[in-house]
Amino acid sequence: MNDVLLSATNLTKSFGGFVAVDDVNLHVKRGQIHALIGPNGAGKTTCFNLLTKFLTPTHGTISYKGHDITAMSPADIARLGIVRSFQISAVFPHLTALENVCIALQRQRGDSFDFWRSQKVLLQFNDEACALLEDVGLSEFRDVHAADLSYGRKRALEIATTLAVDPDMLLLDEPMAGMAQADVERISELIRRISVNRTILMVEHNLSVVATLSDTISVLARGKVLAEGDYATVSQDARVIEAYIGEDHG
Amino acid sequence: MSIMNETKSASFAVHDKQASLPRHHAVIFIGLLAAGLIAPFLLAPIFVMKVLCFALFACAFNLLLGFGGLLSFGHAAFFGSASYVSAHAAKVWGLTPELAILCGTLSALVLGVVIGALAIRRQGIYFAMVTLAFAQMVYFFSLQAGFTGGEDGIQAVPRGDLFGLLSLNSDLVLYFVVFAITAAGMLLIYRIIYSPFGQVLKAISMNEQRAVSLGYRVNRYKLTVFVLSATLAGLAGATKAIVFQLASLTDVHWSMSGEVVLMTLIGGVGTVFGPIVGAAVIVTMQNYLATFGAWVTIIQGVIFVFTVMLFREGIVGVISKALKKPF
Ligand SMILES: Nc1ncnc2c1ncn2[C@@H]1O[C@H](COP(=O)(O)OP(=O)(O)O)[C@@H](O)[C@H]1O
Ligand SMILES: [Mg+2]
Repeated sequence: MNDVLLSATNLTKSFGGFVAVDDVNLHVKRGQIHALIGPNGAGKTTCFNLLTKFLTPTHGTISYKGHDITAMSPADIARLGIVRSFQISAVFPHLTALENVCIALQRQRGDSFDFWRSQKVLLQFNDEACALLEDVGLSEFRDVHAADLSYGRKRALEIATTLAVDPDMLLLDEPMAGMAQADVERISELIRRISVNRTILMVEHNLSVVATLSDTISVLARGKVLAEGDYATVSQDARVIEAYIGEDHG
Repeated sequence: MSIMNETKSASFAVHDKQASLPRHHAVIFIGLLAAGLIAPFLLAPIFVMKVLCFALFACAFNLLLGFGGLLSFGHAAFFGSASYVSAHAAKVWGLTPELAILCGTLSALVLGVVIGALAIRRQGIYFAMVTLAFAQMVYFFSLQAGFTGGEDGIQAVPRGDLFGLLSLNSDLVLYFVVFAITAAGMLLIYRIIYSPFGQVLKAISMNEQRAVSLGYRVNRYKLTVFVLSATLAGLAGATKAIVFQLASLTDVHWSMSGEVVLMTLIGGVGTVFGPIVGAAVIVTMQNYLATFGAWVTIIQGVIFVFTVMLFREGIVGVISKALKKPF
């Protein structure tokens, strides 16, 4: 169990009477790319919300590096090095792409309560921010407001911003949804590159991406884990095939 | 609710593009400085001082709404209580004006910590309602408490001698003191907007969840900006009490909270200079339309409706958009 970085035990979330996540056990190993797949409405995003404490679990515990983090606040979980992205692209719309990334780099300063200091001190982060923008192919958009970027580019910006806080663990919720094929390849390559000394848990619908990138796959349906294993194992599992055929799914 | 959303989206249309400061702002500040220095020779100093106090009040409010994304309907509580404390300190304790103003400002700071800590737990319209509720409590306290003078307020507040040395009885001398105070307050607000703190604040107001996921403890930032805004609103109220030698229920009344919203909206929420323009417009209107009595309120209401309907971004917001530069 030493190589398990993040684990959820008996994780359950019910909304009123509806159980969206039902007794899920998930163990993400250090250094892996772990994919979470499943039909729409399976509870994948809810799982992410629970793991990062954006939602409070009804039951169950979450531990990171062997420590129980179930009671922590979402900001403190991010400070531990677990940083998530959002399914619906989350950028700071009226800041430029460069400023978006700088907001994340600014976390290196610890807190930024220094309201008496000029923001010129933030210029120190520009080079690093430009490098991150280049990584995701946004160099020429550095001075464009995030709101004016195309959907795919917003997603790319979100990844650059997430990387900027240099997390040990990334939770990416459908990072490539809505992207053009060229961008999908670019971002796949980027994810592979950044995974070298990081752990990634990712929700993704593009199965060819999942097949090539991930070490372990967990299949979720109706809030429960149906199957777990590598792509070959999972794709042959009868219940998985049934879940995918039985429901409309892209 | 819809007004709030609209002002919110309008407010960020004009944020700066670079980490470096917009250069034209320095030019405008120098222009305002020059205007402020000659204004008392062209207009009645007492009128210009009123504009200055309300401009600072509106700028403080705009810091919270335009850059923190938090709509307070209770800012009169800070303006008014600071005004009472400042008047009381000058009249009853016999403090010099700068110390009286300091006492008033600090009282607004303390009140800001208390109200802010309770209000920031709520979002959107609920936040506004909590601030309104507390402001009403401050109002009823002011009505009942002995030292505030009830319906009469605190009258005949002595202007005193600055640092015990310089008599402020001359309007012109007082003017330059008030000008220095309000200019310092506005420059501080400008610095806050373009500080590392201000940058995080803008991010939080645009996408709070995302800021949380990057590890920002957003409530601490919200509380900080709330207290800063309350304190600066207090500075405006405390100064106003010395200028008019009066602190009264008008200063803590909910309509005062409404007035500062109006000034900020007319000038342009989330712009740097809009609240100054808005304050000048409203104070001027109140002055020249004073003969119309109660109609002033109605005229203000009509202007408000027109502003919201025709140019949501406010006067300065519209100019910013047209010139594609943040003002
Ligand atoms: N805040 C909520 N309140 C009520 N129901 C919710 C909430 N969030 C998600 N759900 C429900 O939980 C189920 C799982 O949703 P979600 O986790 O978003 O699925 P996925 O990301 O796998 O597509 C859905 O049926 C959804 O309607
Ligand atoms: Mg989802």
